[in-house]
Amino acid sequence: MNAHLELADDDLRALMRDIEGGAPALPVRAIKIDRRHFLKLTGLAGGGLTLGFFVGMEPAHAAAADFVPNAFLRISSKGAITILNKGPEIGQGIKTAFPLIIAEELDANWSDVVVEQAPVNPTVYGNQSAGGSRSIPSSWDQLRKAGAIARAMLVSAAAAQWKVPVEQCTTRDSAVWNGKRKLAYGALATKAAGLPVPDAATVKLKERGEYRLLGKSYTGVDNRKVVTGAPLFGIDQKLPGLKIAVYEKCPATGGKVRSANLEEIKKLPGVRDAFVIEGNGKPTEVMPGVAIIADTTWAAFEARKQLKVDWDETAASKDSWSGIVKRAAELRKQPGGETVTVNTGSAAEALKGAARTVEGFYTYPFVSHSPLEPQNCTAWNHDGILELWSPTQTADRSLATLSSALGLPVEKIKVNQTRVGGGFGRRLMNDYACEAGAIAQRYAGPVKLTWTREQDMTHDFYRVGGFHSLAGGVDAAGKLVAWRNHFISFSTDGKNPVSGGNLPAEEFPAQNVVNYQLSQTLLPLITPCGPWRAPRSCSVAWVIQSFMHELSAAAGRDHRDFLLEVMGEPRLLQGGLNTGRAADVIKLATEKAGWGRKLPDGHGMGLAFHFSHAGHIAEVAEVSVDAGRRIRVHRVVVASDIGPIVNMSGANNQCEGAVIDGFSTMLGLEITMENGRVEQSNFHQCPILRIASQPKVEVHFLQSDNPPTGVGEPALPPVAPAICNAIYAAIGHRVRTLPLAKEGFSAA
Amino acid sequence: MSTLSLRINGKSLSADVDPNTPLLWVLRDSLGLVGTKFGCGMALCGACTVLADGEPIRACSVPVSGVAGKNITTIEGLAKSETQLHPLQEAWIEHDVPQCGYCQAGQLMSASALLAKNPQPSDADIDAAMAGNLCRCGTYQRIRAAIHTAAGKLAKRKA
Repeated sequence: MNAHLELADDDLRALMRDIEGGAPALPVRAIKIDRRHFLKLTGLAGGGLTLGFFVGMEPAHAAAADFVPNAFLRISSKGAITILNKGPEIGQGIKTAFPLIIAEELDANWSDVVVEQAPVNPTVYGNQSAGGSRSIPSSWDQLRKAGAIARAMLVSAAAAQWKVPVEQCTTRDSAVWNGKRKLAYGALATKAAGLPVPDAATVKLKERGEYRLLGKSYTGVDNRKVVTGAPLFGIDQKLPGLKIAVYEKCPATGGKVRSANLEEIKKLPGVRDAFVIEGNGKPTEVMPGVAIIADTTWAAFEARKQLKVDWDETAASKDSWSGIVKRAAELRKQPGGETVTVNTGSAAEALKGAARTVEGFYTYPFVSHSPLEPQNCTAWNHDGILELWSPTQTADRSLATLSSALGLPVEKIKVNQTRVGGGFGRRLMNDYACEAGAIAQRYAGPVKLTWTREQDMTHDFYRVGGFHSLAGGVDAAGKLVAWRNHFISFSTDGKNPVSGGNLPAEEFPAQNVVNYQLSQTLLPLITPCGPWRAPRSCSVAWVIQSFMHELSAAAGRDHRDFLLEVMGEPRLLQGGLNTGRAADVIKLATEKAGWGRKLPDGHGMGLAFHFSHAGHIAEVAEVSVDAGRRIRVHRVVVASDIGPIVNMSGANNQCEGAVIDGFSTMLGLEITMENGRVEQSNFHQCPILRIASQPKVEVHFLQSDNPPTGVGEPALPPVAPAICNAIYAAIGHRVRTLPLAKEGFSAA
Repeated sequence: MSTLSLRINGKSLSADVDPNTPLLWVLRDSLGLVGTKFGCGMALCGACTVLADGEPIRACSVPVSGVAGKNITTIEGLAKSETQLHPLQEAWIEHDVPQCGYCQAGQLMSASALLAKNPQPSDADIDAAMAGNLCRCGTYQRIRAAIHTAAGKLAKRKA
């Protein structure tokens, strides 16, 4: 392997662990807040209360920032309540959800709140990344305390004015109340700003029963701007004198530029400059390529069509999907892989003794993220600072990545967060920002790097494909007694599985069957891989939950009863799966779907459960399949336990979207590569589901008292197995290869 | 390069561009109307949908010379005024349709062309009219509901 192509440095590995982990029900990057880290900022024009976190900063340092309003909350003496959203808005609704959490503890009227996007400053704001559905759990306490501390100070100010004890004051509707008299927050703001900040550990947070805002439905705070076409996205950035850049890389990852027709390109209409960038050889930062800078996007795109590059592909990817499929077919004959990860009891013995056994070989493809906003970033080297406007999921981490890629100290880099036209995991990487920065370092003036759709699809960090050779057995009573999985995946460094290509020892059903063996074989790969919505879970849940259904079918059991039996007694398993919570959502989904009711001919119902990203989610799909294998998904019922809900509309929206994304992907999406080149280039070869094929999605939340988690991801993994189990119920055909189009299925 | 006269959102504008430039890039780069989005460049995704004399077209694949003399409506011109949004825009907000929001300008333009011709569309009518607009986030269920709501609002306004 080429060491320089190694995808993940330590920080990236840490990120992958964070966002792939289904385990922690508690924040993994929890921010300790104590009194000395909680400072207020005063001195705003007109007076008012501003409250900010200074995590990891001594008060002395923070005091220097007193006149910079980089905080969560600003209340002006005129009553305006401004809440800053620290997280990247990628379509998951965080710009509405985060401020709602603060407003709840503040007891503000939502209609009084104006939301602004916070600057990128992880020293002040802590985590400013969106991934792994971890935004809500990792910031829940931080944001609640931000609101509660402000509320406590406003109450103190009112109590002092009325000369009553604080215990006699209550808050609601953006005001402090004492009996029937009230003082609006705006009237108290300047006074509150002069009070000492209470200890974060001592402020009282609300009980769930006291919530006035959380759990109801709110429309997104930027929806008016979205529907009127306001410039919100990275690609919409405008600056005086802005030029457009394109950047051409080798179609096979790792190719270097030998030469290019730069002089010819520079003479084309509208072209300002063209040059080679050597890059640092990291796909996550800057790979070698040719930059073209032009007056307009069209001039840049047209010039790119004339670009001729002689690539040195000595060290470039030769990855071949057809070759990989052949190799996997040979490997499947072996009962186990190179490395045995888990060996509990004896799967081999139990398979021999089982009343019924089943074998299955499952294949799923690489897939692209294909967010609708192609990768882009605006960069401007000015006044000794490299300033970027970046549609990124990892605004905070991008600072270190840019610093590494561009050889600049972090203090010389300023990143502005824009709205993001779809994340899905693609924009956890900041390669496009590093490229824009590298181009801006060589051009006097602001440039907006814009990728074409073709570049976006062929230079992704793909959801990795994979193969599972499974064997399982049930005893005479139809109870699951054996499970063996040989997982064939990939490695870029020859040691570690690529992102999404690992299967942790605790993954279901490792702790739910007495005889369990998991082994893994890693094939070499250079094609970059990365997290894709519900990383790992998005593929393995289909395998595990489909094979589970193969076993219940072989045993002649009702699948709901079988799955509940496998879950067993309510208990917390290693990795965070709570079998009691699992059983609760399985029961809820089947009840709401009318599990067991008589269905028309050609219809079938399928059930699947998956735990990931701290969310317990069961789904039931009802499908019909005609003689031509045209499939219609009539309805998908989602039953979810993700703890309390912040914004009901947002949570529903994420589940509806996850179901449609899951169906869309399993139905027709795949990325293949030959000679290191990705073969799909645009949406005609990446047929994302269209409106006529959308299933009706019905979402139910248990709203347990467990800690809240995000729902952008965990609602996706159960979709594919629920639909495949329903196909089996409808026509008796077991789907073992995705996308469904491979087996002749299409959307009705 | 040549100077082209265009009629966009009721205003006469001129742009100094190569007449083969797709309308999309004239709107975005020359006129600063960035509400119309670039998604695929091949008329496959519908993110760049605008209206030409009321008909939905994919601005990424239509040369600007081809729409000279036509009335172009973009997302910036969909609302009657700052204070009066199009019923579709109101319905989109009420139903909290957008997730990432990137496709929604194109979705709204296609939906507005539909309602202009068919004020009470069925689900099948909606599916046919909206078939050219991809939503990567999967907001289709809400798009359909919002179009029905907007149709209701339009009927009320006329009544």
